[in-house]
Amino acid sequence: MSQILDSYRGLQLGNRWDRAPKWFRTVALLLVVAFAFYLPFLNILPFAYIRTDLNPTGSDWASVLFLIVVYMIAAVGLNVVIGFAGLLDLGYVGFYALGAYSVALFGSPSSPVVQALQSRFDLSEEWAVPFVMCIPIAIAMSLTAGVILGAPTLRLRGDYLAIVTLGFGEIIRITARNLDNVTGGAAGITQVPVPPGPEIDGRSFFNTIDAERWYWLALVILILIVWLASRLEHSRVGRAWLAIREDEDAAAVMGVAGFKFKLWAFAIGASVGGLAGLLFGSKQQYVEPNAFMLNLSFLFVAMVVIGGSGNIVGVLVGAFLLTYLPERFRELQEWRPFAFGLALVLVMVLRPQGLVPSRRRAAEIEDRRHEAEEAAADA
Amino acid sequence: MDFDALINGLDRHTLDGITRGSIYALVALGYTMVYGVMKLINFAHSEVFMVGTWTVLGTYTVLGATAGMGVGMVIAATLLALLAAMLASAGTALAVERIAYRPLRKKGAPPLIFLITGIGCSLVLVETFGQVLRAFFGPPFGRVTVNIPSVIETKVVFTIPGIDLPVTNTRLLIIIGAIVMMIALDTFVNKSRLGRGVRAVAQDPDTASLMGVNQERVIMLVFVLGGAMAGVAALLFTIQYDITKFDIGFIIGIKAFTAAVLGGIGNLRGALVGGLLLGVVEVYASQIWDSSWTDVTAFIVLVLVLMFRPTGLLGESLGKARA
Repeated sequence: MSQILDSYRGLQLGNRWDRAPKWFRTVALLLVVAFAFYLPFLNILPFAYIRTDLNPTGSDWASVLFLIVVYMIAAVGLNVVIGFAGLLDLGYVGFYALGAYSVALFGSPSSPVVQALQSRFDLSEEWAVPFVMCIPIAIAMSLTAGVILGAPTLRLRGDYLAIVTLGFGEIIRITARNLDNVTGGAAGITQVPVPPGPEIDGRSFFNTIDAERWYWLALVILILIVWLASRLEHSRVGRAWLAIREDEDAAAVMGVAGFKFKLWAFAIGASVGGLAGLLFGSKQQYVEPNAFMLNLSFLFVAMVVIGGSGNIVGVLVGAFLLTYLPERFRELQEWRPFAFGLALVLVMVLRPQGLVPSRRRAAEIEDRRHEAEEAAADA
Repeated sequence: MDFDALINGLDRHTLDGITRGSIYALVALGYTMVYGVMKLINFAHSEVFMVGTWTVLGTYTVLGATAGMGVGMVIAATLLALLAAMLASAGTALAVERIAYRPLRKKGAPPLIFLITGIGCSLVLVETFGQVLRAFFGPPFGRVTVNIPSVIETKVVFTIPGIDLPVTNTRLLIIIGAIVMMIALDTFVNKSRLGRGVRAVAQDPDTASLMGVNQERVIMLVFVLGGAMAGVAALLFTIQYDITKFDIGFIIGIKAFTAAVLGGIGNLRGALVGGLLLGVVEVYASQIWDSSWTDVTAFIVLVLVLMFRPTGLLGESLGKARA
């Protein structure tokens, strides 16, 4: 096993990529993006087996692709918190839920919030906040929540942060379920607005049938987020995160304000999570508390860590595998959580740095392994 | 907001909260000891408790124990169930340590990875009872709540004079049982040779190993002790609530961890204080608002305590507090 892994490492894909000429990298990237856009129509036979709608119980391929990309967005956002800044956030689903609920509460004509606004300002019954305005609202809500949650807790030790964020995720869901007269309670909210677009065949551009349009929209946003995140990683802020992650005390001595940058990571991660939730809620056109169970938080963390925390490509791979595989093997149904748990343990025990690790992180782990071995030898 | 309901039954609710809190406290011991020694939240500990409740059910089934047996049979069945649950839970905890944590420790993996394998183990255990065993053996395994025969018949033992509060034998058993186990564990850790090793590793692993303490053995010991305490908690839980379920560990686990942090993680007496306090606060809150807010209250209490006293109420120590 380790030999296989060593030969894989010998390929040095990352280094080769860096050394390749710029035109090659541009063309390769464009090809990957073009292929991603073409994916919903993939129908050439040997490759079409990756489609999820082959068997009768399988789910719609384009919708699965959409979900994969939404989870990828969330995972890239969570990677800012876990991978870059090294903070363990187990309540990421809370921000995801806030994004979905913001677009539902402010954009749906049947939500209690919009109805209250209607009667307060004598508006018509069809009035609701337009979708485009819901985007900043959703981002602002999740960002605010991130700051409110982060400000008191980011001074705590890492493990405490994990449990407090876990609690936060549950608080959001339970509040959404219990506050009937604000969030619609367990019944949820219907008529969540969709993005504007030209009408085609008498249907709005983004509708429940043509899922590939949703997928393309999400893909555009994903590319934007990935670009932003990779710029951040190599910026001054990114270097500050790296320093904090490695050694917070040493970073403080060198003048890196730990708390400030941690709060930044938390807030940025939260707003990306809110954006992912907004896309999800809008595509479903229905938001209910049970869609935001705590398991989803664990799933997000698993995506980041299995893929290789700190490395955006790795995180994308992790998000893809953990969303795609359960959909592709739908016939296994009830066995999937068991397989997921088993996979988590196996992958992490055999490959603690993740499937596609960030080179720096892999080096760190290698370093620690040597230290552990030396300590064992000493003892 | 309904303070009348709380005030009218204050004595009853307090007793209720203490019962609930005793169980939290016992489960919290497992978290607190493992954290004290390894600086690790053992996410699979909630499932160690869950395995215990199923073992109680299994023991009762094998013995054919039901409600309304003779006194001798009841005591024998309960003691056997206690022993079985302690063994099964301790075994599960040890297995989790072997499979999920030890290989990572050897590789020097960062703490985050331990959490992920812990979550993975927890999922595997939950699904073992919810899916795998059902596929092979059918009910009672599966995703439904299962009743456990109430072997001990609930009856009022005495009434606290003055406030006229009836105390049942099951509640008495739970509270006394929890406190006895707590004192036993506390004495073990503070007085025995092995316990001294545990405290030494918690204080400074490197120095402890220089002094000849076998760190691996201490780690195994805390998993076994924590598991056994979870087994006791499992029996007491089934006595009070008469049910189990494949995912029953999750919420109790989170509460117990909250209790451990509340009292000061790594501090055995803190687990008791935190557990009892959390139990009482929860029951009070469910009276003032309604029971659907119980879990929210628990988390808010946790956040408040961490904000104003980040080391918990009694401070962190298995030996002495360290950063």
